[in-house]
Order: sequence, then C-alpha cells, then structure tokens
Amino acid sequence: MTYVSLTDADRAEMLETIGVASVAELFRDLPEGVRLGRPLDLGDPLSEQEIVERLEELAGRNTPAGDEISFLGAGVYDHYVTAVVDAILERGEFLTSYTPYQPELSQGVLQALFEYQTVICELTGMDVSNASGYDGTTVAADACYIAKHATGRVKVVLAESLNPQVRQVVRTYAPGFGLEVVDVPHRDGITDPEELRAAAADAACVIFQQPNFFGCLEPAPDLAAAAKDAGALAVAHVDPLSLGVLEAPGAYGCAIAIGEGQGAGNAMSFGGPHYGFIAAREEFTRRMPGRIVGETTDVDGQRGYVLTLQTREQHIRREKATSNITTNQTLLALGGLIQLCWLGPQGLTELGETCMALAEQAKERIGLPLVFPDRTTFKEFAIRAGRPATEVIRDARAKGVHPGYPLGRDYEGMDDVLLVAVTERRSLDDIEALAEVLAA
Amino acid sequence: MKLIFEKSRPGRRAAHLPSHEGLAAPEVPSELRRSRPPRLPEVPEVELVRHFTELTSRNFGIDTGFYPLGSCTMKYNPRVNERVAALPGFRDLHPHQSEAGSQGALELMHELQEMLAEITGLDAVSLQPAAGSQGELTGLMLMRAYFADRGESEKRRKIVVADTAHGTNPASVTMAGYELVKVDTDARGNIDLDDLRAKVDDETAGLMLTNPSTLGLFDEHIEEIARIFHGSGALLYYDGANLNAVCGISRPGDMGFDIVHINLHKTFSQPHGGGGPGGGPIAVRRELEPYLPVPAVIPDGKRFRLDYDRPKSIGKVRAFTGPFGVFVRSYAFMLAWGRELRTMSEDAVLNANYLLARLKEAYDLPYDRLCMHEFVLSARTLKREHGASALDVAKRLMDYGFHPPTIYFPLIVSGALMIEPTESEPKEELDAFCDAMIAIAQECEERPELVRSAPHTTPVRRLDEARAARNPVLKWIRVSS
Repeated sequence: MTYVSLTDADRAEMLETIGVASVAELFRDLPEGVRLGRPLDLGDPLSEQEIVERLEELAGRNTPAGDEISFLGAGVYDHYVTAVVDAILERGEFLTSYTPYQPELSQGVLQALFEYQTVICELTGMDVSNASGYDGTTVAADACYIAKHATGRVKVVLAESLNPQVRQVVRTYAPGFGLEVVDVPHRDGITDPEELRAAAADAACVIFQQPNFFGCLEPAPDLAAAAKDAGALAVAHVDPLSLGVLEAPGAYGCAIAIGEGQGAGNAMSFGGPHYGFIAAREEFTRRMPGRIVGETTDVDGQRGYVLTLQTREQHIRREKATSNITTNQTLLALGGLIQLCWLGPQGLTELGETCMALAEQAKERIGLPLVFPDRTTFKEFAIRAGRPATEVIRDARAKGVHPGYPLGRDYEGMDDVLLVAVTERRSLDDIEALAEVLAA
Repeated sequence: MKLIFEKSRPGRRAAHLPSHEGLAAPEVPSELRRSRPPRLPEVPEVELVRHFTELTSRNFGIDTGFYPLGSCTMKYNPRVNERVAALPGFRDLHPHQSEAGSQGALELMHELQEMLAEITGLDAVSLQPAAGSQGELTGLMLMRAYFADRGESEKRRKIVVADTAHGTNPASVTMAGYELVKVDTDARGNIDLDDLRAKVDDETAGLMLTNPSTLGLFDEHIEEIARIFHGSGALLYYDGANLNAVCGISRPGDMGFDIVHINLHKTFSQPHGGGGPGGGPIAVRRELEPYLPVPAVIPDGKRFRLDYDRPKSIGKVRAFTGPFGVFVRSYAFMLAWGRELRTMSEDAVLNANYLLARLKEAYDLPYDRLCMHEFVLSARTLKREHGASALDVAKRLMDYGFHPPTIYFPLIVSGALMIEPTESEPKEELDAFCDAMIAIAQECEERPELVRSAPHTTPVRRLDEARAARNPVLKWIRVSS
C-alpha cells in the first residue's frame, strides 16, 4: 500500500513499548457488537500510476470548457486564472497547513488572509471582511443571520433576480434561523425599488444581486435606499470581477456585501471548492461569522498577525457563537487574493470592460431577441431562442459550442430562454461560432 | 515583512489581457459606474511571486514537518491527488455542464458515495456539505425534517451534546434552532449514563456524539447509548471528526448512529489549505434519505444523473453538488487504500498509543486507558510546580521543529495537550517528537523561563493576541502621504 510508513519491525517494537501483544488488543474497548468483523467491500489497493489512469479515464468522459466553446455562466465563470495562483497554492507550506491557531508558525497564511480581507474591503467599500465563507450561497445565509440579530426582525426579502441557488440555500437555512423568507418579483429583468420598499417593511434585510442573475444591472443605489428607508439592512450580492467597473456596495449605502469569489482566482471544478466572501460595515464586526485575522505585535514589538475576535467563534462561545464555521475556504481565498493582486486596479477595470464589450458584441452578432432589451447588462444576457433551450443546447453542443444556461430551469415562461455568459476567454471568433450555431 | 500594499507603486502591473480590435467601449450608466478605482496593489509579476513565496517561508505545513494537531487529522496529503484534481476534465468542468458532458464526474461522485456508505455502514450519502460543521448543521436539518414529517417537530426540541464535544456541535444546535442539553463525562471518559438517562425523554430530537470522543477514547457503552435514544424515538448523529480511528474496524451505522458526517479533509486527505477547503458529506439510514439535499447523484441504467425530484428534501446547503475538487482527491486517496483501509486506522491508533506510552511519565494523563487515534495529556503539574503552561509547552515545541498539538481542548481537561499523530509518521519522527516533549518537561524543571518565553526561533516571537482583540486592526489602513 502506498502511504504506509511503519514496517512490521516498527510495529512489533512499538507494541512492546505500549505493553500489548497485538494491534487488535489496542481496540479492546470496542464492544463486540459494534466491530465490523470482515474486510471492507472496497477494491484492491491501487498504485499511484493506476490511480492516475483511472482518474484520467473518468476525466476523459467529461467535456471541460477547453473542449468546447462555452458560454456557460449562471454563477460560475470561465475566467482566466494566472499561473502565479497555481505556483503559490501548490506550495506545501500553504497547501498542507491548517487554521492558524499557532500564529508564530503561521505568519504566511495569516498575513495573506489580512491582505485578502483588505482587498475584499477595498473592492466592496466595506470596513471588515472575514477570512472567507464556503461559497456565494452560504454567505447569503450568514448575512441573514447577522441581520436578524442586528435588527431583531425575522423577515428576509430576496429579489427574484438573485441567483436561484442562493435563494434556495437561504430557504434551507431559514427554519433553523427562525426566518421568514419573502421574494420580490423582477419587473422586466430588474427589481422595482418601490416594490422592494414595501416588501422591506419590518424586514431584517434585503438581498439583491448586482449584476443580477439575468446579467442585468439593477438600480442598486435605489434598492439600497429603499431597504434603508424600511429599516432593513441592504445586502448586495456582487461579482468581484465587476467591481472595477461597477460601484462598490459600500459607496451606495449597503450594510453588507457578499458574493461568490470563484471567477476571481478559482477553477470551475464542477462547482467547487470555491470561496464566498462577506464584508460589512464596522458596526457589524462582532456579529461576523468565521475567522478574522487582525494585526498585533510580538514581544519584541515586531508587527505580526493573529486570529482575532475569537469570542464570536464556536470554539470559545459554543452555542452562543455567531456561526458554526471552522474549516473555511482559505486556500481558495488566497487564490482570489493572488489573482486580484495580479490584475491590479487597471487590470480589473479592463477585465470588466472587456467582458462587457464582448457581451455587447455577442448580443449584436447573435441577433436573437433579448428577453430584457431595455436593460444594461454586464457579462451575461438572456435571449429567446424561439424553441426549447434544452434542445438548442443539445444541438449546439453537437457542433462544439455550449451556448449557455437554460433559464427555464428556474423561471416560469422562460423555457426558450438561454442565459449567455461571455468572459475574456471568449474570442471574437468564438462569438461568431456561437452566432452561427444559434442561427442554424 | 512588508504587506503587498506597501510594495505597490502607481502604474506597475502584472496582468495584460488579450486585445480585441474594433470593440466598442461599453457604456455604464454614470450612477452605477465605479467612482474611485479600488486600491488594489500595483506590482510586477516577479514581485508578486516573491511576496507570496516569502509568505510561504513563514508558514508550517505537513510538508514541513510533524503536525500532531489533535482532532484535525493532519496526515500526509498525497501529491498525486493534486495532479488528478488538476486534470482539465475535472478542473475546467462547468457545474452546469449537461449530464451527457459530465458522466465521468457523476460516476466519480456516485462511487465515492458508495464507498462512504460502506465505510460508515449507512445507506445513502449526500456529498453536498462544504465542511464538517456544515455537515453537522445539515444533519440537524434532516432531523428537523424527519420529525416534522412525523408531526413531532414541535415537541422534540432538544439535542443532547457531550461536554467533550467540539464547539461546532453546540453552535450547530443553535443554528438549527434546537435547544442544547449537555451531558457529562464519567471518570473513565465515557458518557455518564445516569446523567444521560435523566436527560433523554420524548422532547429529545437526538444526540450529537464524536466516537472516539475528543479524549481519544471509544465510548464503551455506545450500544446502550443507542438504545436509550432509539427507545425514546430520537436519532443519533455521529460527528465524523474522529473517523480516522475506526475505518474498517467499526462503523458508525453498526454502532447505532442514524446520521454521520465525514470530514474529507481529515480522514480522506484533502489538504487543509491553511484553514480550508474541506468536505463534509453526510451518510444516513434509509428512513432519512428522502430528506437529503438536492440534487442527488443517482445511477440511471449505465449512466448517472442528477435527481432534483425529492419533494421531502430539506433543499440545498450550498451551491451545486458540493466541493467536487475535494471529491477527486478523496476518491484518489481511497483508491490507494482500497479494502486495506483498515491498516490506515490501525497504524493511526498504534502511533497514538506509542506516543502515549512514551509520554505518560513526563505529563499528566487524565484518563489512563489505551487510546484510539489521539489522546489528551495535561500540563497541570508542570504549571503548578514550575509555572509552565500547556501554551508554553506548545510554543517551545516550535523551537524543536514541531507543530504543537491542540491545546486547552477538550475543555473538561485543564491544561490539555491533545495529540494526534495520524498513520503517516515513520517511527523515527514519533521518537523525535517524544524526545522533544520529554526534553521540554525537563526544561520546565531546570530552565522554566526558557519555556515560558518560547518560541525563540520563529519568524516572529510570541504575539499579543489580547491587543489584537482589544484594538482590532482588520485590514491595512493606508497612511496618506
């Protein structure tokens, strides 16, 4: 077997030191009735080479983004990830360490997380960020939990144009949190501030997405103001890669900004692992979930970093903790940090503008009717294909193009609608190929 | 060391994007356009690489050395797992890819589910939860849905948790909307059965238990505990944090547990990544399967598909089907062991007992039994006689080149040092660690100040955590020039 480090001679010597006759005797506290008493029904142990062969065979039966021209998005995006991310994250000192409980041996991860928190605060215009949440769905549930305790209210309002999986996760958490969930329908692809204001009465928070699930730009400042007027916390779910172009949620009055970090620095990896981010205004610092890194000094006065405000956390506060999160998404968040530092302020802005311009080009070249023609969109847009989207996808895939996500899966009356995502990885030729298969 | 922001100079950059001829500049309504560019660092690529390389040099991982952090199962993370997770067919696969275009991924997940069902002795598995604590919360949501279906959710409001439990257990109980009932530990380190019997009634929804416990001890009365809960119509939840002790030896399902979470980043070698990612699949008995998160990955003839048609499902606890990259690594790890997985747990338990045997003279041993995959010592005598605490011992271990054990947990042991060697370590490494621990105990007697002022060899010395909490500085503040 591949990962055994003891020899039989080692084992014999160790058993003697312990003072037992056999390995079996080490398990003498186990009642007879709970012992398995047979080998596990698993396969023969494989060598490293055989493992690679088996996994290559499985991977070969998937169609990754590189094997077709993909316009799939809907929450996870095919953005370019710099080789610098891979090079750093493969280093064992980061990869194989754990939560930095012992800061003197963990300054690398701690300082990097402090830098990550700074980057997230810069992007979102917020005061405090944690060291990552699980993904872009669970951070929405976290935001609701903060809002419930901050306002003493139990209603949470979700824009219908918020990613359906985010809404579903909030609904799953709601019974345990004691929350009542209300949806506000979209009007021609965006949320109406007046409708939101009415729904937000007595609500703990309102969550909307910018750009929203349809790719449309919401009147975000008006939505935040509507929530605020009703005494609810405004929570914006944002695409980090849009924040070189679009205004920071902190600048238009949001209390909390959340989002899915995948597009910034993580592979798509069939849905995970990715990182979710959550950042808030200073007044919510002590209600934040999960790990937070803070600056301090050592006994010599040298600057250093530690996990801090731990009295919020489960290992100290137990049932009174602000969340149960322990293992988070540190490595993925560090990928995000590296990617965002690689992009820099100019790169981030250029990236947003490029995606947006390519998407405009795609709209024009495809020529099919837009579902929401009056809206400004970012890197995604919805089109009517005139026949079931699932059929369109099947036919296009046969020609090597994945044309997008079938919105009918989540929204009534949209069975013929495709949500098309265009990242900087798609070329003008790719767009022509898309236009061609959709015209067929 | 400088922060990346302190190395930034206006106009420097690493990234260059492809240029597209003839594209019109996009128009963003002015009220939605960013008014001030985000102040990300501006550094050339070489600076970026050097910065993060220097940071890695200030960090300790399993690849650096022995990391006996109790309850965290810091085993070797095979490098081949990284290679296979990076295969383009996995890494670049979009989660909305059609079922026809993701058959390999679905098959892998289905096989992993089957393996976990066999290892846990349960019937159905959902891979969706993102980490152990989310697996716990999901398990409690399943209990709630199960009892709601039986019209008992109003009545069954209580979850029993041992006083040795990880902090996540009580935190999850609160998040799931349940009431916490704590149960004591007896003198042998088992759950106190008299206390338990007095606390379980028809208002009890279930138990959350780690077995072996965080003391590293297998509860000798587990069958009776299961009878008590099932007898009152309640369910048993197994916190899989310590599953590394019993793979192929004893299965939670056979112990009487109804719901189990598995930590793929502990038992099944997903690298801990400085704090994550993890993976927290849950396995359940047949009766609880209808409530599992959607979608389920199921076989359909010779193919596999995602099944959303589960009317009794609790819903979704995270996006998509879970952290797939973690599944690839854990699946590869399981292929390496196959049916010999039992040897993994046997060696983990042997290593722990060997350390215990060598260290029990130098430190206090609160529960003098054979241990499972980990054990808990106490530094209380060193503290009383020489003024050196568990924290001091931990910090001094760094000077000897080891990562310290978990300290001050479980809470019921004062000055706890919780040590988990895993199966990975060669005997020489275990001996070197024991020698260091014994030498430190000696130092506490002879030169206590040396221990109390440790560490002496790390990039920074002992850090002021109280100051960090008192005056929180949680991001870099630009000093305007």
